Amino acid sequence: MNVLTLSRIQFTLTIAFHYIYPPLSIGLGVMLVLMEALWLATDKPIYHQMARFWTKVFALTFAIGVATGIVMEFEFGTNWATYSRYVGDVFGSALAAEGIFAFFLETGFLAVLLFGWDRVGRKVHFLSTCMVCLGAHFSAVWIIAANSWMQTPAGFHILGEGLTARAEITDFWAMVFSPSFTDRLFHTLCGAWQAGAFLVVSVSAWYLLKNRHREFARASLRLGLAVALAASLLQLVSGHSSARGVAKNQPVKLAAFEGLYNTSSNAPLSLFGWVDEKNEKVIGPRVPGLLSYLAYDSTGAPVAGLRQAAPAPQDRPPVNLTFQFFHLMVAIGFAMIVISALGFLFFWRGSLFEKRWLLWLLVLSVLGPQIANQAGWFAAELGRQPWIVQGLLRTSEGLSAVVKANTVLTSILLFSVLYVLLFAVFAYLLNDKIQHGPDDADLLPSGKLALPERNKP
Amino acid sequence: MSFGSLDLNTTWFILIGVLFTGYAMLDGFDLGVGALHLFTREDEERRTLLNAIGPVWDGNEVWLVTGGGALFAAFPNVYATVFSGFYLAFVLLLVALIFRAVAIEFRSKKPMRWWRQMWDAGFAAGSLLSSFLIGVAMGNIAWGVPIDARGEFAGTFWTLLKPYPIMLGITTVALFMMHGAIYLLLKTDGPLHVKLRGWINNTIIFFIICYAVTTMATLLYVPHMATRVRTNPWLFSIVLLNMLAIANIPREIHRGRDWRAFLSSCTAMIALMGLFGLEMYPNLVLSDPVANSLNIHNAASSPKTLGIMLTIALIGMPIVLAYTVSIYWIFRGKVKLDKMSY
Repeated sequence: MNVLTLSRIQFTLTIAFHYIYPPLSIGLGVMLVLMEALWLATDKPIYHQMARFWTKVFALTFAIGVATGIVMEFEFGTNWATYSRYVGDVFGSALAAEGIFAFFLETGFLAVLLFGWDRVGRKVHFLSTCMVCLGAHFSAVWIIAANSWMQTPAGFHILGEGLTARAEITDFWAMVFSPSFTDRLFHTLCGAWQAGAFLVVSVSAWYLLKNRHREFARASLRLGLAVALAASLLQLVSGHSSARGVAKNQPVKLAAFEGLYNTSSNAPLSLFGWVDEKNEKVIGPRVPGLLSYLAYDSTGAPVAGLRQAAPAPQDRPPVNLTFQFFHLMVAIGFAMIVISALGFLFFWRGSLFEKRWLLWLLVLSVLGPQIANQAGWFAAELGRQPWIVQGLLRTSEGLSAVVKANTVLTSILLFSVLYVLLFAVFAYLLNDKIQHGPDDADLLPSGKLALPERNKP
Repeated sequence: MSFGSLDLNTTWFILIGVLFTGYAMLDGFDLGVGALHLFTREDEERRTLLNAIGPVWDGNEVWLVTGGGALFAAFPNVYATVFSGFYLAFVLLLVALIFRAVAIEFRSKKPMRWWRQMWDAGFAAGSLLSSFLIGVAMGNIAWGVPIDARGEFAGTFWTLLKPYPIMLGITTVALFMMHGAIYLLLKTDGPLHVKLRGWINNTIIFFIICYAVTTMATLLYVPHMATRVRTNPWLFSIVLLNMLAIANIPREIHRGRDWRAFLSSCTAMIALMGLFGLEMYPNLVLSDPVANSLNIHNAASSPKTLGIMLTIALIGMPIVLAYTVSIYWIFRGKVKLDKMSY
């Protein structure tokens, strides 16, 4: 295998593994803010118990998220040095801003969130939790800004040519708010909120099935289902808006999403299927006109096909792979709406606890957002190929000039072993925490938290 | 935006120096605590060491992450050349940092002896290797590495393992161990505190030996790292400050004023990094054919970007400093183990 393939494998491996954790941090961050807000508002100790338990789970995901995140920052330089020279002026700024505005905020206040329970009062603790959550969201803002610039570059000009060419910022805010930024940020955040909410739903449903910690599980499930349903519905809105953005800004990617080869009005939407790349056609059920309608509000509107938008095959992404990841994401997205709506409905009616099949479905639901988040990113990044920066720099041109295949192979092996170990330990400890369950001692807050805020002298 | 006669490129040279100095002063003691971790055998004592850095190490590591991001943005050519050129060394640094991080997080989650010993070893090895590799990297950019006309690294992994960079790596380990030991004096009490007070002289002696050897090696073999001070004798005041700060550490420890010893250790680090920066300026990476060295002009981003980044730094850093200080204040005083501790 050559350096290009190996470097892509390594980046895929490290980013996919990393991306298990940040969505959980963002989503659980929101859940923690809500739990502590409810505790402040109602004074009910159950919310304190919930916040304490989920903080421990949060700490676990956060730690691995940070540890595997540094790898990403280093990898741009180690494996993609030419890319780094090319985009440093633009991409580097967003990354540095992420450090200053997001990481310091997250990690600084994390100390108070995790270890400050007995040292600060309720309000200060709540403020710290909000800051950690805000930091996690800021981090998404800057990294999505950087990635969206790679999808839809804006606010820059190119200086020099050939080997010395590089992009320079001309308008910072145009660079940050590149055409795809707001849609993609919202879409990513919805996915992250789903990841956090469904984790809470899953663990709570499992407790109910096992008839353990009933009070705790009921309260967690109610909050989890509400956020899960809201995030899943919002995800539908953001997904639609995002896809329309892709139609406008990256027609080749949209054509690959749907395996559309010929520019056509009344373009069909595939429900599922298989792209026969050799004969350039899709096998599977399709709804005529729906793609045109969804993308441009009219069945008569023409949607660009691959033959016209990217006549040379070397300018096209791997169509079938992109198609499959995209459809997997969409299918799970709809499933999440159905599952959370069912759960919410029966919870509201009070009959959820007798429906064991639904509780089991809720236990499994934690995998939904995880798979959809991964599939969505695969679709987004594969759909941009063969470009690393859309229309400007090819992935094959972004490599480090001096790194050899064997060296990359060595690092792939190192990271693989390390990540398998990390995941095993993570799964083991997460299971351990779930088995142990919430601490009943937490129903009686201690230290400075013991007195409710309003009764303090 | 510019500060009087300081141009943007020089300003960013200084700011990146500030970020890495901040990293050395803060995560330096975390790494030092890791390096000392295995010297105590009691589980309770090891937990106390971990929890001394528990709430803050994560935030301290962000100084490195932000320093790296700032380097990427301000001097992308340095970032690209050094990271791709020092490939295996940086991958090892990543592995070491990951081990350090997860070891802290996981160690106390289970009570089994083998479990704790495994993560203790990971914590110590990760900390030692991180400190060492950071020193080796600094040693190499000072000694000079082969860089070709395109600005690409032209050596191999073994090119990096010259005696001088290795010596600088060991010196960094020694410096962090001393710094970590002093920090631990601030955070512990009882028998452990007494034990640490016994160690501290050894760490100081270890550091001073390394420091003396490195200084002599620099003067003899890397004379370009002493040129600016030689031609501007008033800069010798920084050398003097550095010496006095180091000499002050055992003095303050002896008198039981640990806080002042810690501040002296920080001052010594600032002076050392200051000298390093002064001698490197305007270069960021020295090359073996000197003409190919990467400096603040041929490796920099556009003035526009440097200006934008300066605005970001001027807005962001005061806020960061304000809440970092508040958080250290919340966790001031000696470590007390409770149920949320590691």
